[in-house]
Amino acid sequence: MSTATVGDLVSQPYKHGFVTDIETEKIAKGLSEDVVRLISSKKSEPEFLLAFRLRAYRQWLQMQSPDWAALGYPQIDYQNIIYYAAPKQQEKKASLDEVDPKLLETFEKLGIPLSEQKRLSNVAVDAVFDSVSIATTYREKLAEHGVIFCSISEAVKEYPALVEKYLGTVIPSNDNYFAALNSAVFSDGSFVFIPKGVTCPMELSTYFRINSADTGQFERTLIIAEDGASVSYLEGCTAPMFDTNQLHAAVVELVVLEDASIKYSTVQNWYAGDENGVGGIYNFVTKRGQCRGDRSHISWTQVETGSAITWKYPSCVLQGADSVGEFYSVALTNNYQQADTGTKMIHVGPRTRSTIVSKGISAGHSSNSYRGLVQIGPKAVGAKNYSQCDSMLIGDQAAANTYPYIRSQQPDSSVEHEASTCRISAEQLFYLQSRGIGFEEAVSMMVSGFCRDVFNQLPMEFAAEADKLLALKLEGSVG
Amino acid sequence: MIRPDAPVLLEITGLHARVEEQQILNGVNLIVRSGEIHAVMGRNGSGKSTLSKVLAGHPAYTITEGSITYLGSDLLELAPEQRSRLGLFLGFQYPVEIPGVSNLEFLRVSTNARRAQRGEEELDTFAFEDLVRERLKVVQMDPAFLNRSVNEGFSGGEKKRNEILQMALLEPLVAILDETDSGLDIDALRIVADGVNQLAGPDNATLLITHYQRLLDLITPDYVHVMAAGRILRTGGKELALELERTGYEWVDQELANLGREPAEVL
Ligand SMILES: Nc1ncnc2c1ncn2[C@@H]1O[C@H](COP(=O)(O)OP(=O)(O)OP(=O)(O)O)[C@@H](O)[C@H]1O
Ligand SMILES: [Mg+2]
Repeated sequence: MSTATVGDLVSQPYKHGFVTDIETEKIAKGLSEDVVRLISSKKSEPEFLLAFRLRAYRQWLQMQSPDWAALGYPQIDYQNIIYYAAPKQQEKKASLDEVDPKLLETFEKLGIPLSEQKRLSNVAVDAVFDSVSIATTYREKLAEHGVIFCSISEAVKEYPALVEKYLGTVIPSNDNYFAALNSAVFSDGSFVFIPKGVTCPMELSTYFRINSADTGQFERTLIIAEDGASVSYLEGCTAPMFDTNQLHAAVVELVVLEDASIKYSTVQNWYAGDENGVGGIYNFVTKRGQCRGDRSHISWTQVETGSAITWKYPSCVLQGADSVGEFYSVALTNNYQQADTGTKMIHVGPRTRSTIVSKGISAGHSSNSYRGLVQIGPKAVGAKNYSQCDSMLIGDQAAANTYPYIRSQQPDSSVEHEASTCRISAEQLFYLQSRGIGFEEAVSMMVSGFCRDVFNQLPMEFAAEADKLLALKLEGSVG
Repeated sequence: MIRPDAPVLLEITGLHARVEEQQILNGVNLIVRSGEIHAVMGRNGSGKSTLSKVLAGHPAYTITEGSITYLGSDLLELAPEQRSRLGLFLGFQYPVEIPGVSNLEFLRVSTNARRAQRGEEELDTFAFEDLVRERLKVVQMDPAFLNRSVNEGFSGGEKKRNEILQMALLEPLVAILDETDSGLDIDALRIVADGVNQLAGPDNATLLITHYQRLLDLITPDYVHVMAAGRILRTGGKELALELERTGYEWVDQELANLGREPAEVL
């Protein structure tokens, strides 16, 4: 490369943009009560679940798409989406050796080896391809500890009582427009149950892959930690490059009982669209955890780098006395990406504490908003919140906004909010480059300094990856 | 030290460059051999910093004509980071601040990039600390500066010392020091000059961009060049600097006029 400007450095193509050529069973486009029934019957679901879906569908019909976020996108045509797509293979396979090699290869290419020989030694993986889970590793080993880790479809069949007891109890089906849609048509996702007193012996993770072009993905995850239990869970997401937009509307519910803890980390790298903003995933996600017992603990860590649109507010309802909620977020937007993301910390019980650390990085023509609510209820005596929201701007076309909302009904509580904005300049990058430091590493040095507080929260295996991912995403954005 | 048979490190031929739509360099010619110290002088705005940034590979400048050969290869083919790894160093007139990046880590990554190019092993944090403590002595800098962010909140003089510290670590073959003497107090000027003299040797070369004889009293140049309107208008020995001190740059206008250019047009 000669006297290339940093801007000339070609944008690194999206590494996960390939399509797997595999025969897929799809239902016809469009949404109706019949489609909801069809999805349920394809999965041979029990009556309670069909009823849950139908109630949600009817609620959804009465609801409006939310318009309060700082996001601009054309109206979504819900009749132009396929609500169920599954790679054609008869039943979920008992052994991975029977899984279509093309699927194994797909995940291997994405850096998620599933086969017995190659899989990560301390991480159990549930791999979801389009609408269905194709494999879950280490199920037996986890079962020895009483830990259930499987796809939610399997959980519905094998542990219907647990699913019925908890599904929709954290996020009711009419919580919001997208949660209602998900409740009606969700296809698959992960289910985790950690029984009383058990510390999950390995990291759990789900890897979501959208493959089909016109399919929506509506996964549903439910994690329950009984008294004194604890688990760390990580989800990753990628999708091929298509020049149309695909809808992804997920729901994640966490239930945490007395002295239990769930640490939930996300590395979101859905296809973001091209440099002109064509294509990319519309990501509307509802994530919420309830600290139901005293001294329970939820920690959300997210690294959001993909999607054309991100609408996502992982939240904590702190009911139990002395329960703790945390939210650590890095949201990066480039080109024409838009993100409106943040959290809600709802303090109900006494002496509940929450921490919010949000780092927004906006490059290109993108827009990146932090939106957060800290609510202190009348019974939350001695509640404490600390929030820190920092923005980093790259180039002069990007926008960053912070919308912190604070509502307190309890005078004996404290809420602290700090915010800052900084900018990476071409001169700074040139300075580092002129000292022998390559572009990618230069950006990564600056960005990782900025994100350190959040990356420190990621499971070790993924922290270094996150650093690299951000640097890749920013290539070509400064100059 | 002038040795006619010394290898040529840097050769600039007919260099023209512009930034945005503005032509700034108008045919620079310069040959630098190992062991030499060159002083580059000239009025404000004559193109000295531009020349130095073009050499370092700043992306804002477009080369419209001419060539630069460095260690026998085409310099313009190399990315800025490759130039540094190959021993080209620019001490900036205005070093930027980089909040959030630790100075120590920055110096280590930078030094290791150069070492890797030279086939030397990478220094881990401990080995590097030893090296950096030794090199700090060259500029008599307080180790406390290592624990701060790169240049953040450094005074003007402290930034310049940090530049020389980088030079001491990178052991460049060609060091371009753009007004490293500006903003230094009297003691610091002596320290920096001593540092540059220590680092200058028979196998490397130094290009000192400066406005002041007081630096050249401490670092004796083999050549003095006067830049005007984006070219080297006159080259002489160290006595040329002394002459400038007496006469100023009045003659430059006359000489440019002789070249058929209006001074106003070139400013
Ligand atoms: N990015 C830029 N955009 C427009 N003009 C520029 C730019 N960079 C440099 N110039 C112009 O080019 C000319 C040469 O600038 P340069 O910084 O090379 O001068 P200099 O010789 O280093 O001056 P000084 O002694 O003041 O440091 C000046 O007129 C300057 O305004
Ligand atoms: Mg200058």
